[in-house]
Amino acid sequence: MQKSLNIDPGKCTGCLQCEMACSLENEGVFNTSKSRIKVFTFHEEGKFVPYTCTQCDEAWCMHACPVDAIVVNAVTGSKDVISDLCVGCKVCTIACPFGTVNYNADSGKVVKCDLCGGDPQCVSACPTNAITYVDANATGLDKMRQWAEKTDNTVGG
Amino acid sequence: MIYVVVGSGPAGVVATEQLRKLDPLAHITMIGAEPEPPYSRMAIPYFLTSKIDESGTYLRKQAKHFASRNIDVVQQRATSIDTEFNRLITDDGRVRRYDKLLIATGASPVVPPVPGIDSPGVHNCWTLEDAREIVKLAKPGASVVLMGAGFIGCIILESLALRDVNLTVVEMENRMVPRMMNDVSGNMIKSWCEQKGVTVHTSTRAESIEQIGGGKLRVSLSTGGTVDADLVISATGVAPNLGFASDSGLRTDQGIVVNDYLQTSDADIYAAGDVCQGKDFNTGEYSVQAIQPTAVEHAKVAATNMVRGHRTEHVGNVNMNVLDTIGLVSASFGMWMGVPGGESSELVNEKEHKYLNLQFKDDVLVGASSLGLTQHVGVLRGLIQSKTSLGLWKDRLKKDPMRIMEAYLACSQSQVSAATA
Repeated sequence: MQKSLNIDPGKCTGCLQCEMACSLENEGVFNTSKSRIKVFTFHEEGKFVPYTCTQCDEAWCMHACPVDAIVVNAVTGSKDVISDLCVGCKVCTIACPFGTVNYNADSGKVVKCDLCGGDPQCVSACPTNAITYVDANATGLDKMRQWAEKTDNTVGG
Repeated sequence: MIYVVVGSGPAGVVATEQLRKLDPLAHITMIGAEPEPPYSRMAIPYFLTSKIDESGTYLRKQAKHFASRNIDVVQQRATSIDTEFNRLITDDGRVRRYDKLLIATGASPVVPPVPGIDSPGVHNCWTLEDAREIVKLAKPGASVVLMGAGFIGCIILESLALRDVNLTVVEMENRMVPRMMNDVSGNMIKSWCEQKGVTVHTSTRAESIEQIGGGKLRVSLSTGGTVDADLVISATGVAPNLGFASDSGLRTDQGIVVNDYLQTSDADIYAAGDVCQGKDFNTGEYSVQAIQPTAVEHAKVAATNMVRGHRTEHVGNVNMNVLDTIGLVSASFGMWMGVPGGESSELVNEKEHKYLNLQFKDDVLVGASSLGLTQHVGVLRGLIQSKTSLGLWKDRLKKDPMRIMEAYLACSQSQVSAATA
C-alpha cells in the first residue's frame, strides 16, 4: 500500500520542528530555510499551514526535466531528484504548479521532498500529529489532486 | 502500425516513448540529424562550464534506453515527404513508409544580416558541436563578444562569465531578455551583469565583423565604437526548421500550423515542439513557444492522438521561462506584459536585485515575472493555469505581491481553505 504525507493544518502550532528535522536529515544542518517542508503563517486567521510536495501522479517536474534527473522511487512512489544528474536548469521549478521543487543556489541543484526514503523525518518530529504518514487513500490527497487535475493538460502518465 | 518521428530532441524522444507505451506492437523509428545520442540543448551551458560532460546532456542516460523499447534511432536528415503515398525521404535517398508521422524538427539559430558573420571565430551556441568550438576558444582571459541578450544569450552569458573571459554583450533592444522581462527587470539584469564585470551594450547592433589578423575579430557597433575579440557568439534568436515541411506542402506560418489535436494540414502528419505553432493557454491563439515544457506536452498529446485518434485535446500551454544570469534567477509566466483592462502589482528592490510583477485580469492571475526568487515560483504557473479566483486576496497582492504563496494556499488548496475559513 502506497503511503503519503497527510497534513492537518488545524493541528499545526507553527513550532517548525518539521522544518528543522527536514533540514537536518537532508542538509545536515538545523536551518529552516533549507527545509523541503515549509510552514506558512496566516496572521489574520491565526493559522499555520505546513506545505510540501504531494508526490502527484502528474509529476510535472519529472516530465519537464531535460536530463532525466527526476525519477519515481519504486518503493515509496516519491519523485526523487538524482542530484548527480541535475544540471540546475530550474525548468522543474516553474513547471511544478504547486511550487514544491526549489532551487538551492549553494549546491546549484534543485531539491524536493523525497519522503526521506520512506521514513519522513517531519512526521517523526511533529509533536501534534499535524503531519502523518498514512495509506494514500486515507488522506486528503484526492482533494489535493483535484487541484492537480485543474492544471492538467496532458494524458495519463 | 508504422510511426516515424522526425527529430530527436525532447519532443521527439518523449513522443517515441509515448507511442511505445500506447502501442506495444508498433514499428517506431526516430530520425535525428545530429551524430550524438539524443541530447538536451538546455544542458549545453552546463557542459560549457564543465559542470557535466557531454553524456550529462543526454536526454536518456541508459545506453540501451531506445533499443530496449524497440525504438529504432537513425542518424539521417529528412529531406521531403511524399504526402500522397505516406512516405518520408531522407538525405541518404532512403524512402520510409509511415502510417502516422510526427515532425519535431525543432529550431535553428537565425543568422543576423551582419557583414562578416561567416568569419572563422564566429559561432552559434546551439549544438554540442558549437559548444566544443566555444570551449576551445573561450579560454580564461580571452575576449568574447556575445551578440544577443535574449534567453539563449543570457544562459550562455553565465557559462562564459564562469569561464573567466572578458565578455561584451551587444543587444539591439533597450534591455536584457526583452521577450521575458519588462523595462524595469530587464535593466535590473543589465546592472547585475555590469556589477559582475560584464560590459553590456543595449540598444546597440553589431554592424560588421572583420578579421584583423592573429585570429582576432573586430566588431563594429552601431553606437560608434569597436570591440576586438577572440570569439564572437551569435545568439540573436532561433526560427523553426520548417523547410522540408513547407516544401512538402504542409501549411506553415510562424511554425507548422496544427489544429487542437496537433494534427497538421495533412491528416496523417502531426507536429510537436519548437517547430509547432500550437495553442497558447492564455491567448487562445497559435504561436511558437519554443520551450522545453511545451515541447514535452506537445509530444505526449500528439503521440496519444496518433495512436488513439482524436480524444485528447491540446488545451494550450502557458508560456514560461526560467533563466539564471550569473546567479540572478529570473522567471516569467503567461501574460507577464499584462493584458488590456487588467491590473498589476509590482515590487521593486533594486538594491537586492529582487523583483516581482503580477498581472491580473479581473481577480485571476494571468501573468507574472520575477527576479531573485527561487522558492515556490511554480505556484505562479499553478494559479495562472487553474484560473483560480483570488477573491479578496487580489487586493492583498496588489498591496504586497510577495504574499503570493499565502494567496495560493488560501485560494487553491482545499485543506487550507478549510483551515483558514
